[in-house]
Amino acid sequence: MLELRNVSFQVDADGQDKEIIRDISLKLPEGRLTVITGPNGGGKSTLARLIAGIEKPTDGQIFFRGEDITSWGVTERARAGIAFAFQQPVRFKGLQVLDLIRIASGRQVSVSEACSYLSRVGLCARDYIGREINASLSGGELKRIEIATVLARGAALTVFDEPEAGIDLWSFQNLIQVFTDMRERMKERSIIIISHQERILNTADEIIVLRDGRVAAQGSKEDVLPGLIGTTSAIGTCRALDSESGGIVE
Amino acid sequence: MMKLDEMQKRLLLEVADLHAVPEGAYNIRANSQSAGRQSTANIEIVPKTEVSGLEIRIKPGTKNESVHIPVVMTQSGLKEVVYNDFFIGEGADVVIVAGCGIDNCGNQDSQHDGIHRFYVGKGAHIRYVEKHYGSGSGAGKRILNPVTEVYQEEGSSVEMEMVQIKGVDDTERATIAELAAGARLVVRERLMTHGDQRAISTYTVHLNGEGASADVVSRSVARDHSYQKFDAKLVGNAACNGHTECDSIIMDQGRILAVPGLEANNVDAALVHEAAIGKIAGEQLIKLMTLGLTEQEAEEQIINGFLK
Repeated sequence: MLELRNVSFQVDADGQDKEIIRDISLKLPEGRLTVITGPNGGGKSTLARLIAGIEKPTDGQIFFRGEDITSWGVTERARAGIAFAFQQPVRFKGLQVLDLIRIASGRQVSVSEACSYLSRVGLCARDYIGREINASLSGGELKRIEIATVLARGAALTVFDEPEAGIDLWSFQNLIQVFTDMRERMKERSIIIISHQERILNTADEIIVLRDGRVAAQGSKEDVLPGLIGTTSAIGTCRALDSESGGIVE
Repeated sequence: MMKLDEMQKRLLLEVADLHAVPEGAYNIRANSQSAGRQSTANIEIVPKTEVSGLEIRIKPGTKNESVHIPVVMTQSGLKEVVYNDFFIGEGADVVIVAGCGIDNCGNQDSQHDGIHRFYVGKGAHIRYVEKHYGSGSGAGKRILNPVTEVYQEEGSSVEMEMVQIKGVDDTERATIAELAAGARLVVRERLMTHGDQRAISTYTVHLNGEGASADVVSRSVARDHSYQKFDAKLVGNAACNGHTECDSIIMDQGRILAVPGLEANNVDAALVHEAAIGKIAGEQLIKLMTLGLTEQEAEEQIINGFLK
């Protein structure tokens, strides 16, 4: 499904080359839920953005369903079946939730179908379908709308960049349900989640640990997760919520 | 009724959403002549005798009726000034649809300056919709300079929707309003300029009575080499509430000047202005591209949503 071959990514930091991703090679087979974890600054989000085409690797190749997509732009990758849920969803003045769901699904979906995506992320659809995606929505609401748009895409590969960031505890329970549902409904499709949440790691088939831009561990949940418990790569729900208010020290 | 040609019919659809003769009272002006007029039991439309224009008298208590007074121009080089006065009786509740469409395929400028005055009686409510549209490939400019004066009596309310999305080369819009106690004015202006167009919009709203309120909001997009100036001034002369907002997207080599102005002459006047000008955020484009749109399609969606 997705293969990274010797992918590296450098940025210019104060005139110095800084390597964020260092020579990563990975293979993610079809129909799997992979969670990528690791300490902050380890390169997780950058890897997600490289897969979606938002960033381009400085070296190496990316293959999707056997095709070399390294030079493809964001639009081409989206059309080929890659969906991306932003860590910090974007606001739009004037665009309504229904507009965004219609763009995401690529067709004029009915209001009731659009509502079904909102219901799946725990939003009362009637209250939200006509809302503008502007500053009147809270961070948690925006995040759930972001996930609803990604569900509407029904893509072959969906990448979630820290879906739990900015979400409250109630929404978090719901989020786990969304991933479980996605797995039930789309068995042949693949999901990549960037997260260091223990409960999200628990939904994984496979776990990849990124540290200092390199793959530090890769394997089944059973093999990898026990070694992560209690570290910053697998944070319990309460600690994670503490960390939102700055209560955790890396 | 005078027969309209296909181009005039298309302009009528653009500016007034009219496929045929509207229901209720109407006056259709085509190339400086009346192409059709109808009064109703409650709404009387009478042509002025000394200058070009109409007097529109709406009886007190008239409810759920509408007046359409669209203007279409297809003759290059035509220049006109039209004075329309609206007298809205106490407690009336009506919709007024104006609007002007110019198609200029010639080399001479075509210009329509509509001077609209509204005398809104106690407790009356009007919704006023004015769309401007231009088309045609001639070198002659399409010019519209509307002047709108609104005089609101106690407890009246006026909602104005001003739209100019395409094809008008040069426009200077001046709107002034005087509000008595408890009167409310809501303005929603949507504007897009492109090419070398120029659009200037000036508002002066006097809040003269206790409890008067005004909310003037402009959303605009300036593309190519176009220029816009938004100048909105609120004057609070009593215990009142006023809000103006100018929210603009700037693209290409477009230029925008926003001049918000507030004048409080009473200690209980509460006046607020907001103005923001900026280009489309890169993250917005990327988000829509991750949903499968090209950069250009994403841009169009963002602008369409913004001006909706």
